[in-house]
Amino acid sequence: MNRSNGSRAMSAGLVRRVLRKPLGVVSGVVLILIVGASFAGQWIAPHDPLAQNLRIVRQGPSVAHLLGTDSLGRDVLSRLLFGGQESLSGVVVAVVAMLIIAIPLGILAGYVGGLLDRVILRVVDVLLSIPGTIITLAVLAIFNNNMFVAMVSVGVLASGAFIRVFRSAALSVRQELYIGAARVSGLSRVRIMANHVLPQIRGVLLVQVTLFSAATLGIQTGLAFLAFGPPPPSPTWGGMVAEAATIIQIDPWLLVPTGGVIALTTLALCLLGDAVRDANQERFTLAGLEGKPSAPQAGKSQVHTTGADRDDEARMAVTPGALLSVRGLTVGFGAEGRETTAIQRVDFDIHPGEVVGLVGESGSGKTVTALALLGLLGANGRVTGGSIRLSGEELVGMPHARLREVRGARIAMISQEPMVALDPSFRVGSQIAEAVRAHDRVSRADARARCEELLAAVRLDPAIARRYPHEISGGMAQRVAIAMALAGRPELLIADEPTTALDVTVQADILDLLRTVQEETQMAVILVSHDWGVVADLCSRAIVMYAGEVVERARVADVFAAPRHPYTTALLRSNPHGAEPGKPLPTIGGSVPAPQEWPVGCHFAARCPLATEACRVAPIDIVHLEGDRASRCIHIDELAEVRA
Amino acid sequence: MSAEQPILEVTDLVVEHGTGRRRKRAVDGVSFEIPTGTTLGLVGESGSGKTTTGMAILGMLPMSGGRVLFEGRDITRMPRRERCALGSQRQVIFQDPYSSLDPSKTIGYTLAEPCRVAPREHRMTTAAIADRSAMLLQRVGLSPDAARRYPAQFSGGQRQRIAIARSLMLSPRLIVCDEPVSALDLSVQAEVLNLLSELQQDLGLSLLFISHDLSVVRHISHAIVVLQGGRIVEKGSADQVYERPRERYTQTLLAAAPVPDPAEQRARREERQRRRIEERQQ
Repeated sequence: MNRSNGSRAMSAGLVRRVLRKPLGVVSGVVLILIVGASFAGQWIAPHDPLAQNLRIVRQGPSVAHLLGTDSLGRDVLSRLLFGGQESLSGVVVAVVAMLIIAIPLGILAGYVGGLLDRVILRVVDVLLSIPGTIITLAVLAIFNNNMFVAMVSVGVLASGAFIRVFRSAALSVRQELYIGAARVSGLSRVRIMANHVLPQIRGVLLVQVTLFSAATLGIQTGLAFLAFGPPPPSPTWGGMVAEAATIIQIDPWLLVPTGGVIALTTLALCLLGDAVRDANQERFTLAGLEGKPSAPQAGKSQVHTTGADRDDEARMAVTPGALLSVRGLTVGFGAEGRETTAIQRVDFDIHPGEVVGLVGESGSGKTVTALALLGLLGANGRVTGGSIRLSGEELVGMPHARLREVRGARIAMISQEPMVALDPSFRVGSQIAEAVRAHDRVSRADARARCEELLAAVRLDPAIARRYPHEISGGMAQRVAIAMALAGRPELLIADEPTTALDVTVQADILDLLRTVQEETQMAVILVSHDWGVVADLCSRAIVMYAGEVVERARVADVFAAPRHPYTTALLRSNPHGAEPGKPLPTIGGSVPAPQEWPVGCHFAARCPLATEACRVAPIDIVHLEGDRASRCIHIDELAEVRA
Repeated sequence: MSAEQPILEVTDLVVEHGTGRRRKRAVDGVSFEIPTGTTLGLVGESGSGKTTTGMAILGMLPMSGGRVLFEGRDITRMPRRERCALGSQRQVIFQDPYSSLDPSKTIGYTLAEPCRVAPREHRMTTAAIADRSAMLLQRVGLSPDAARRYPAQFSGGQRQRIAIARSLMLSPRLIVCDEPVSALDLSVQAEVLNLLSELQQDLGLSLLFISHDLSVVRHISHAIVVLQGGRIVEKGSADQVYERPRERYTQTLLAAAPVPDPAEQRARREERQRRRIEERQQ
């Protein structure tokens, strides 16, 4: 019972997505009209398709004969309606025959694999090498012009290609962990294939079916054109085109409705295929977005401008001597004017040569902040308020060309997935040299020399330059990425979770390398991380973010010794390091609110043990504390007491 | 407890990947046992064979050698039918909460699935399955009407709770947890770890806890096995391995993991550098 519910909801989701596309709606409606009218032909046809009237031969469209008459005075519209039954059922026969063979064999080959896979693939190879047209014509000759058998053979011969398509779709599903969980539960292979694999390839399947239908319609009408199938005078689309072609000199009009209906049906099928493909793609990408809370969700607009309105001169003032000054930075995603805020009122300074940790959990906005600094928010996101100044120069609203000069040359970035940053088809050395030549106008030889220098700086053997990215390990790739980032001699390096994907021992090496490189070059580093250990290792200051806001700024030693925001306090306590083994870990309870659910007041209030009414009624401002510290909390004194 | 028979006894486990000349030993002569109702932590870096070991114990990978006793019965040479029946007593929780639930199925379907394949004599009625799903969803801290929703509507932590509920549907004796908290945020990780310990105490579960994170393993495990390149480097009580590691590799691993304490971290870093210099001199 549940199963049918599940699959129905799933396909309903796909259908709804298709219907949201104008292309999908139009092509769907056209197809339904053509198919429906054809099969309702005997009731809605205005005339008998076989009734001749030699007094009105070859007439154009008129009220009595909407699409005109043919050379024997028969009504073209009625003939098209009746002929459609033959052509369209031929398509259905071929598609069904194809699916009956391709679905089970494709899924079996992909999911079971091994010997079975190899055998099926050999069969597919044979199927693909058979000349389809000749076989179909031979079948027609043997089976006495029987269109049904011919269309079955078209479906069977085409199934080879589709077995491959379904096989590769099933192969990718096989890797999913829920398949593993089902296997551990003792589910049989057949059940897993029917319940888990088949629903996942549904999207691919629908796309292929529409495209194959379009192709088959061409074959079916082509055969009828060649006078196969039902003999005259019974109407077929292909036969009518053939008839129109013979009298094209006398009456060109006849070719328009007969050829047109075939073209229209084919076009509608192809466009529907496109719409289904897009809708299917969307389902997966949107599902991915929904899964990752850090990705901003497009939704109803809720831009908090209150903070920006109350910006006073003092808050916006740039600290003298700061390399980077971020003030009131607010970023929204979604359609212009209806953005969902991802980060709001973010303020901080980075001084030259300083290593600062930007810490937070998923959904805190730390990565969005980093991307905003680089102007890399993508088409969907934009800075909706505040300023980013690099050595006094405003980056918000800077023309793209100028911004590109700043990126790489003055601000560089390394990411969590170093392999993604490297192009798999070029040698590591040429990629570093390319980065060098993007910033310095130097000769090839000089670029190569600088490349060796950079490799030495990241403690890699110069021989690495001749290797391809797939020939080096993840740790080496991250070193190469650092070398490329250093190519422009940046003043500021933004490292987004640079060690998260690496093993601990490799992580330790990369952290050591980052420290040495930073000491040698004296560049400032913003380390985006969720790992307090990494922050403790590398950073001198920390900026803690929660639900799109900066909640605390302090020197690293102070954050760990005496956090001044209830969120920081709670988060640090939930770390198993230093907790008593076997005892429950202190937890925060609740979850990070999504941007649409941000409260007016303190974003942490709903989960905070110290929260009072005052926390909820109005936005909380950053409070500047002794030394360099700042906290977005009005209960700091109580927090100190709780700790003491 | 020591007099009792261990729930799992692994002796000289060998697992090989690939065929012919490209054959490679992923797990090479691994032996350990899990006393009933305790947690064994399996620690190692990528390529250490920790996940492979777990999958072999679950019967998802063929073993090339060795013996695995589950409650004293040899599951390596067990007929397929009987091994299937064992499915109800061994369960698994995977690392990635996003791919471990079928996106096209409701949570209720996912939870019920293991019950549908139980042997006929133990098979539960639909009503009993629904009751148990609701009870377990509540037990892992979710509302029972979660059963009607789809995985996409839940956060990573919630999905991991659902995966835990699924693993409990058939009242298993042993759960293999393959990096169950690595993809989770720190605060969520704490909640899931607490849930696992609570369930262990209430239901007498035994856990094989596979992770690369020593501090997590140390927190939840009674005993720890350290793997490197498919072989056991060190095994002992959690206290001993974490506080007084005997083997050099374990020490390196511990020194490499950054800790959230700047002073302690600086000490570790210096220790690491001292080691590196020592190694160079040798």
